[in-house]
Amino acid sequence: MHKADRGVTFNGMAAMRFPIEAGHVMMFARSIGDPNPVYFDETYARASEVGAIIAPPTFVQASAQFDDEYPLRPKIGAAWFGSGRETTGVKRSSGGSGGSGSGTGLHAEQHYTYHRPLRVGDVLTATTRPGERWEKVGRRAGKLVFAETITEFRDEHGELVVTARGVGVRTERVVEA
Amino acid sequence: MALSARDIEVGQTFSAIVVEDLKRTQIVQYAGASGDYNPLHSDEVFATQVARYPSVFAHGMLTMGMTSRMVTDLVGDGRLASFGGRFTSQVFPGDDLTTVATVDAIREEASEQLVELSLHTRNQDGVEVFAGYATARLDP
Repeated sequence: MHKADRGVTFNGMAAMRFPIEAGHVMMFARSIGDPNPVYFDETYARASEVGAIIAPPTFVQASAQFDDEYPLRPKIGAAWFGSGRETTGVKRSSGGSGGSGSGTGLHAEQHYTYHRPLRVGDVLTATTRPGERWEKVGRRAGKLVFAETITEFRDEHGELVVTARGVGVRTERVVEA
Repeated sequence: MALSARDIEVGQTFSAIVVEDLKRTQIVQYAGASGDYNPLHSDEVFATQVARYPSVFAHGMLTMGMTSRMVTDLVGDGRLASFGGRFTSQVFPGDDLTTVATVDAIREEASEQLVELSLHTRNQDGVEVFAGYATARLDP
């Protein structure tokens, strides 16, 4: 998406435009191993109870594709921490295993509330705000810092379609598997 | 083909295999579709030599997505009111995952019948990888 699409404000926060596209929904359903035709077959979907191609329950996670600032996608011209000629494209001064903790943390929880089915053709606006933060001390990982993020996905009429609440965790030390 | 309140009772369980012998390529497919290209999930060199994991591993959201198929196959399309949970252990290539859904409650809210399910997805060693819940609208 273009920069011009960003910066729309919704309740005073930056909002992101997230169009629900047929090919994207089909690829997402394939990737989770779900052959349900309601995710790709328009004739089937039209005759079904929902009346249109819908998106799988976790599909809004793929809104990352439309987030210019999303950190887990290689950006043209920017350093990337995956391997190429070297084992990682980002050298860390501390050495050692910077990997999983390299500024991203791990996904601990995900929760969705559905207000209506999400359909191909919907154009959502996503607004994200921070939620609670809390800490725990783990035996193996040292201090664990949990942080909640709440994202509201609204349609063109401003009606809520999906509310997502994610919890990320950062560890003090890398947990050896 | 939605689930009817008449067809289920509290305590009843449903089970389905959601993946057998998870392939690295499926993890790559999920990375491409979701947009989460963290090399921990697709870059064996980075995952083993830099991050020191035994191999690449699945996105938690892939496990949740595979679990969602079992849930929507059970309750029907477009019937979910809520779905969530915690990622309790990592999922590696080669894993077989099975989801068990248990009917915790059937209740009426705003003249609609709702089912509350608890969900447990476990690997071939019985280790839980996802612990969650779903609420869905039922046919009368």
